Amino acid sequence: MRFSGLKILKEGLTGNKGWTNHWREPEPKQEYDILIIGGGGHGLSTAYYLAKNHGLKNIAVLEKGYLGGGNVGRNTTIVRANYFLPGNSEFYSHSLKLWEGLEHDLNYNVMHSQRGLINLFHSDGQRDAFARRGNAMINQGDDAILLDTEGVRDLLPYLDFEQVRFPIYGGLYHPRGGSARHDAVAWGYARGADTRGVDLIQNCEVTGIDISQGRVTGVQTNRGQISAKKVGIVVAGRSGQVAAMAGMRLPIESHVLQAFVTEGLKPCIDHVVSFGMGHFYISQSDKGGLVFGGDLDFYASYAQRGNLPMKEHVMEAGMTLMPMIGKARVLRSWGGIMDMTPDGSPIIDKTDIEGLYIDCGWCYGGFKAVPASGFCFAHLIATEKHHEFASGFRLDRFKTGYGLIDEEGTGSQHNLH
Amino acid sequence: MRIPCPICGDRDRREFYYVGDAQIINRPSPEASEDIWNDYLHNRDNPAGVTKDLWYHENGCNSWLVVTRSTTTHEVQHAELVTKLKGDGS
Repeated sequence: MRFSGLKILKEGLTGNKGWTNHWREPEPKQEYDILIIGGGGHGLSTAYYLAKNHGLKNIAVLEKGYLGGGNVGRNTTIVRANYFLPGNSEFYSHSLKLWEGLEHDLNYNVMHSQRGLINLFHSDGQRDAFARRGNAMINQGDDAILLDTEGVRDLLPYLDFEQVRFPIYGGLYHPRGGSARHDAVAWGYARGADTRGVDLIQNCEVTGIDISQGRVTGVQTNRGQISAKKVGIVVAGRSGQVAAMAGMRLPIESHVLQAFVTEGLKPCIDHVVSFGMGHFYISQSDKGGLVFGGDLDFYASYAQRGNLPMKEHVMEAGMTLMPMIGKARVLRSWGGIMDMTPDGSPIIDKTDIEGLYIDCGWCYGGFKAVPASGFCFAHLIATEKHHEFASGFRLDRFKTGYGLIDEEGTGSQHNLH
Repeated sequence: MRIPCPICGDRDRREFYYVGDAQIINRPSPEASEDIWNDYLHNRDNPAGVTKDLWYHENGCNSWLVVTRSTTTHEVQHAELVTKLKGDGS
C-alpha cells in the first residue's frame, strides 16, 4: 500500500475501508541470516537499510515489547546537526541529510519540521564557543547563523530579555534543525523494512546469545531458539544486560532522563529553543503541547521515571527563560533509559565475538541519529567495514584513550556527561 | 529520594553528589594490566535491580558512602561509610 494525496481522498470518500496494516505479524522462523535485537528507532532503521542499501533478505528484528515502545517514543524529538568534533560532525550531518529525504524515501509522513533550532548564549565566553561551533558546522556544509540579542528578539520575542541574572547575548541559529513525530519515525522504518521482507517479531525477548568457538550462532528467546549468522545488538538503555548474555561488560551506565509536556496550547513557540544557563530545551508539538526537558537525574536508573529535584530545576530554568509558560499546566512527565558512555559519544562497532555487532551509547542524543545510525550500522554488518561517517565510534577507544569524542569537553569519565 | 547517611540520618538526595558504581573504591594497583584498568575505569555491570554506588555527602558531613539501592524502583535500602567498609580509613 502506497500513501498519496489521491489515496487519502479516495479513502475519505469510500469510508476509509481500504487501509491495511502497516506491517505483518510473522511467526519467527528457525533461522535468519541477520538478527537485530531491539525494535526501536535504531534497530528498525538498521533492518531497513540492510534490506534497502545492501539488498539483504532473511532478516528479523526481535523486540521484547512492541515496536517503538522505548526511547524512540519517549524523547523530545529534536533533530539537528550542530556538532563540533570530527567523528560526530560528519555523522550528524549525514543523518540530517537522511532526515531531509526520509519522508519520500519511506513514503511515510514523519512530520519532519525544519522549524529552526536556537541555542541561546548568555556570556562573552559562551558567544565565542558558539561562534566557533557555528564555523565548524558551516565547514561541515551545514547551516549556522550567529544572532545577537536583537536577532534573537526578532525570532523569540517572548523570552525574558530584561532579567539581569542571565542576560541573553544572542543565539546560534541552525535553520535546518527542528523536530519530527517520533512514533512515526519508528513506524515508517518498520513499514519500510517489512515491505522489503524483514520479519518484525514483537513480544519476543532475547534471553541468551548462543556462541560457539568465538562465533555467534543464534539467540535464545521466550519464543524459542533462533539461529543466525550475524546478530546486531541495538537496545539502548538495556545494552548492558544484552551484552552480558555474550559475556561482555560495556563502558555504559544507564541513567534516567526526564521529559515533560503541557496541555495543548495555541501556537506560541515556533522553533526549538535551548537555554544556555541551565538545562532546558523546548518546542511545541503539532498538537499544541509544549514539549520540554532538561538534564539527567544523575544516578544509575532503569525506572523510566525520575525524581523531583530535576523536575524543579527544569521548571525553574523554563520560568527564568520564558515566564509566559508559567500559566501552562504540565500534563505528563516521564523518563527514558539513557545508555551513557564515558565520553558522551556512541558506539557502532564489531565485538570480539565474530558475527556479533553492537550499536549503543547514544546517551541523551539518539533520536536525531536514528537514520544515520541504522545506515552506518547496516553498512558495518553487511560489509564488515566501518562506514566513513561512523568510523570514530569505536568500542576500544576508552581502553586505548585514542579517538575519544568528548563533545562537551568535560573529560572521559562516567558521571561527567 | 532520600539517602540514610550513617552520620546525619535520612537526607534529601540533593545534598549528595553521585559518583557511580561502587567498584570505583577498589582501585587496581598501578602495575595492573591495561584490561584491568579499563574494566575499573570504564566498564560497568550496570545492573537493572539492586546496585551499590558511591555517593559523596558534599552538603552534609563530607563523608563518602556506599549506597545499596534499586535501579528499577529507586528504593534506597542502605548506606555505609566507605571508611567503615575499607577498614583503614583510606
